Amino acid sequence: MAAANRPLSPHLQVYRPQITSFISIMHRLTGVAMAFGTILFTYWLASAAYGAEAFERAQSLMGSWFGLVVLLGFTFSIYFHFANGIRHLFWDVGKGYEMETVRKTGWLVAIFAIVATVATWATVCPWIGGA
Amino acid sequence: MMDQMRSQLGRVRGLGSNKHGVGHWWAQRITAVALVPLSIWAVVSAVSLTGADYTTFQAWISEHGNLVLMLSFVVAMFHHANLGMQTVIEDYVHGEATKITLLITTKFIAAIGAISCIVATLKVALTG
Repeated sequence: MAAANRPLSPHLQVYRPQITSFISIMHRLTGVAMAFGTILFTYWLASAAYGAEAFERAQSLMGSWFGLVVLLGFTFSIYFHFANGIRHLFWDVGKGYEMETVRKTGWLVAIFAIVATVATWATVCPWIGGA
Repeated sequence: MMDQMRSQLGRVRGLGSNKHGVGHWWAQRITAVALVPLSIWAVVSAVSLTGADYTTFQAWISEHGNLVLMLSFVVAMFHHANLGMQTVIEDYVHGEATKITLLITTKFIAAIGAISCIVATLKVALTG
């Protein structure tokens, strides 16, 4: 079949960044990051099966700088993927397709992810103000 | 031609990029819907378990509601992660051998991860 007249996918190098494409790429990135994160989650949960010592070693790894950075990324990824996932579910039932709505909900997802991440960490970090 | 004797719906049911029709699409959505409440529970739980020792964790996971929700979360999450990775691999990996190798590896890792999490959860909750 001749491919000459078929629409081309946008080439990222020459494509102006837009909230729509940015959120779409971030949805995949956060999803893939969390898929790799399940390995760390499995290590944490499985450590409990090896007893108190192993579990508390896993807990202190989570509290180390490495652990905190990963968990911060995890928190943002969960909130982002969660909010944008709901946006996708609305599209699946045919709602929210007007360009203005698509852009507005896109910004909403980004703002929600940042605000919810900060709010969550504020409840657990003594140096931000939590217990 | 056999193809022309089939209805539009009949054709689309068995096709799609991976020749499995709409099964993948539905499973991805169903696990997504399940993960809406389950991920809220998971985040709240993770926050509440910050710095918890083994005894606290063991008491927490032994509570019937937490045990059931943890198992539900693990099943939905690993299934959803596998389906998502499948979509990404199918979109970006074009070599057939590499693609199939990656798809099978992803499935195996997801299965081992899910089984490991389920067994660990049950072991800690039921035997301490």
